[in-house]
Amino acid sequence: MLEKILFYTFGCGAVLTALGMITRRNAVYSAVYLVGCFCCVAGLYVLLNAQFLAAVQVIVYAGAIMVLFIFVIMLLRSDSPAEGTETISFQRIFGFVFSLILLFQIGFIMKAVVLTAPAAEYTTEKIASIGNTELVGQLLFTKYLYPFEVVSILLLAAIIGAVVLAKKKI
Amino acid sequence: MNMLSSYLYLSAILFLIGVMGVLTRRNALIIFMSIELMLNAVNLAFVAFARFLHSMDGQIFVFFVMTVAAAEVAVGLAIIISVYRRRETVNVDEINLMKW
Repeated sequence: MLEKILFYTFGCGAVLTALGMITRRNAVYSAVYLVGCFCCVAGLYVLLNAQFLAAVQVIVYAGAIMVLFIFVIMLLRSDSPAEGTETISFQRIFGFVFSLILLFQIGFIMKAVVLTAPAAEYTTEKIASIGNTELVGQLLFTKYLYPFEVVSILLLAAIIGAVVLAKKKI
Repeated sequence: MNMLSSYLYLSAILFLIGVMGVLTRRNALIIFMSIELMLNAVNLAFVAFARFLHSMDGQIFVFFVMTVAAAEVAVGLAIIISVYRRRETVNVDEINLMKW
């Protein structure tokens, strides 16, 4: 029962802040709403027994990535008055209609398909006895060691790419 | 299994709000934030599946998605900065030439 109440609280919070994010005119307000949305999603992760991911969500997403966004927004003076004029006519209406069509498609698929899969070994009790963070670490360094190393190369490439792109002269 | 479908519906709604943001807004930074929102919605679906199928693979995948999102943000914001330096705008309707 408590789980349901918390789910609906965080879920409504996430949806409302996400709607606030796409409707604000000023990009800084959008960024602040998005931070709220990420925090609500982090709360949902805790409900789903993914405490490590909840912490990473708050630190990396709501912390690092959004600070980067706010820095760039403040560097660029991005709240342009041109937002009101439409180059493509009826763009807003078409965007709204197409996303509603997509919502109905997803809803239809979820109604039509019965989701079944063989349950794996990590039950809630087993995760609790080992510890969520410890289990993630174990899997990262055993079963997922190769993707883990590839991700480190990806991050290196991203650092170099960002530095090169943001240089004064390309 | 009932709780799983509520999580999936929530994830679908968040994803759709992200799609709506990408289709209706013209500010490149807000479009970028909407993409982040879509990634987050997919992460939520991953974690929900991991919880209800008693598997850890979903959580590890979310970890990797977060890393890729961080890399994407770093490179994407650098691209936006360098476009702004040339065109003095982040309105995607005005940025319609690959070369000028």
